[in-house]
Amino acid sequence: MTGGVGYSLAVIGVVSLCTIILRAFPFLVFGGRKELPALVRRLGDVLPASIMAVLVVYCFRNVDLQEAGHFLPSLIAGLLVAALHRWKKNILLSIGVGTICYMVLVQAVFV
Amino acid sequence: MANNFKFAFRQTIPVMLGYLFLGIAFGILLQDAGYSVVWALLASVMVYAGSMQFVLVDLLRTGAGLLTVAMMTLFINGRHIFYGLSFVEKYKKTGKAYPYMVFSLTDETYSVLCNLKVPEGMDWGKVSFLISLLDHCYWIAGSVIGALAGSHIPFDSTGIDFSMTALFIVIVSEQWQGQKSHFPTLLGAISGIVWLLLLGPDRFILPALCTCMVILLWTDRRRRDAADGEKGRGAA
Repeated sequence: MTGGVGYSLAVIGVVSLCTIILRAFPFLVFGGRKELPALVRRLGDVLPASIMAVLVVYCFRNVDLQEAGHFLPSLIAGLLVAALHRWKKNILLSIGVGTICYMVLVQAVFV
Repeated sequence: MANNFKFAFRQTIPVMLGYLFLGIAFGILLQDAGYSVVWALLASVMVYAGSMQFVLVDLLRTGAGLLTVAMMTLFINGRHIFYGLSFVEKYKKTGKAYPYMVFSLTDETYSVLCNLKVPEGMDWGKVSFLISLLDHCYWIAGSVIGALAGSHIPFDSTGIDFSMTALFIVIVSEQWQGQKSHFPTLLGAISGIVWLLLLGPDRFILPALCTCMVILLWTDRRRRDAADGEKGRGAA
């Protein structure tokens, strides 16, 4: 512990408060109105698809394309999840098989 | 209620895998920095933001100033501003749980909720509250286990956090099949990749999300202008 109890509490408090402000922002701005502005409503309908695509990119953000041993497990397991889900449409199956495949690849194949 | 719980639990299983193991990683890291299990518990209950808590460990260790801490948090968690937009009206159905629902809207809870269709007879508000609470519990449990057990965990869990990536891929895939237009998904992917190449892994997500929002607003406006034009000519 570098900075003592008071300092550590203050840091955790600040991080917590800033995160709460960010999460509460849209609710504070639009939550009090009876009717959501039409523009915001339509944005709320289409934005999740964009956000989820950005989050997938986010998951792969640290993948190193220079090294096959580094990007192949992510690529193979990612494609397997997408293909399996297209085929069987079973969320837990797609995620379970994809995760096991990734673990085997990083632990035993591309060491 | 039992039915609600069973259904909610099923939705959270992928998050459970990811959160338990990421939480454990966080607990171990915080313990290495000289903080006991009480601190892991406190941070996970109060902060509850995955990637930010890993940065938090660094901030604590280096004794960063509080202003730096605030700036870093606003920057790293800035993406959370966008999550609430889709739930402003839906969360009103959650009654007393409303403040907690807002507080606990993480990436993973967001992704489960924005894809949630509850069966007939179940209440969206109750189910989504249970999902939010369960996810938070997994995260807390993981970080406490990590801080207590440290590196004595007798099984190689390397790579299990891929379950979170898999969850996101599955959700994109489900959204894709239900879409009239694939434009928002493609826009997110392209904007994400372009900004990642431009700014690198630590800074791309906020500009990427802003770009998506601006372009979606702009195309929406153009579409409506076009529709108004049609109506004006009596061709609607």
